Amino acid sequence: MLPTPSTAHVCFDHVYEPAEDSFLLLDTLSSPSETAFLHSRFKQTSFQEGSNETCNSSSPLVLEIGVGSGVVLAFVAANASNIFGRSDVLTLGTDINSFACKDASRTVQTATDEHCPTPFFDIINGDLASSIRSSCIDIFLFNPPYVPAELPDLSRHDNYNTLPMGQTSTSFEQDSYLLALSYAGGADGMEVTNRMLEQIPQILHPVRGVGYLLLCAQNKPEEVKQHIRNWGSRWMAETVGSSGKKAGWEKLQIVRIWRETSK
Amino acid sequence: MKILTLNFLTCARKLCKSSNTAFPLHPKEADLEIVETEINVLFLKNIMGRLMWEELKGVVGELGLPDLPPTPPEPETLVETKLQAPEGDNTGLNIEKAEVPSQIAKDLHRVLLETCVKEGKLVCGNCGHEYAVREGIANFLLPGHLV
Ligand SMILES: [Zn+2]
Repeated sequence: MLPTPSTAHVCFDHVYEPAEDSFLLLDTLSSPSETAFLHSRFKQTSFQEGSNETCNSSSPLVLEIGVGSGVVLAFVAANASNIFGRSDVLTLGTDINSFACKDASRTVQTATDEHCPTPFFDIINGDLASSIRSSCIDIFLFNPPYVPAELPDLSRHDNYNTLPMGQTSTSFEQDSYLLALSYAGGADGMEVTNRMLEQIPQILHPVRGVGYLLLCAQNKPEEVKQHIRNWGSRWMAETVGSSGKKAGWEKLQIVRIWRETSK
Repeated sequence: MKILTLNFLTCARKLCKSSNTAFPLHPKEADLEIVETEINVLFLKNIMGRLMWEELKGVVGELGLPDLPPTPPEPETLVETKLQAPEGDNTGLNIEKAEVPSQIAKDLHRVLLETCVKEGKLVCGNCGHEYAVREGIANFLLPGHLV
């Protein structure tokens, strides 16, 4: 078991607290089958082997959308050698909640200071991957707001994304709004995930790109996987991790999204 | 926000996605700070192949920082061999060859990984929208009418 990053400094009044879903993502990324897949996909090859290989040997860039406390991104940054077979990994995170961005930054800093210095990480405040340059993401991670519940009213976002004028703490309404952003997924819990899925073919590197998406049973995971496969003949979507198995169906699962390389 | 991060970001507006002037974003009224980190030469070698060098050079110039070389440095120029005594050995009898980061590597590390925008704006070259950076975190959220 690789160490779980400390989130002791995070204010869980308005930032999502690591839970079963976060830990399923950590366990899946560090499972023997996924590390074997990632090691072979991001194998370091020497510079002398020709220009094609140079692309393969570049440092991979990990993007996590909705970092929350930062526990997942910090885990990946601090355990890059175990997960990817190399330590020269770049990590980038986004969150719509500016309080989460600050706390996550500290989580990654602390975890990497303790276990393994990371060569690069940064966190930005944004809506999904809207500000990410196309084709530059090698590993994409998303634990979305997946609960079938009404989306919060985004017209309040500007007011609620920073401390109220002249105050040193957030209000109860503000905290409820910010937490709702981290779990409420609208109809079928899929409204935010569907918006994210639309951006994935754009941001993923055409050859190396691979994504890990968490889904719950109410998200209709079989339909989601079929939808991804319909993007084109090379697109793949498979369940590579699950938890809470009950009466034959999993409560939560991790779907790996990637393109098969042409032979 | 680190200078290297600007290599991975573009304007968040849909109408700018097909424009080639929406990347890179241009820093404006930027208040910079240095946050020291350990140099990692292997990392510097392995990111050269994935950087958009021209754009990076442009951003560095706009910030008034020392110019980057015209093309990405070759991996072998990032290290140099130095004769030195093992750590803690002051006898001068055990001089050995060691690979150390070159000045080029140190300069790159300083600009890309230690220089951070603490406060300021990032401006899109296509639509002119300004994104704020506060306390080191860039805000790419758009008001409803611009999405
Ligand atoms: Zn723009």
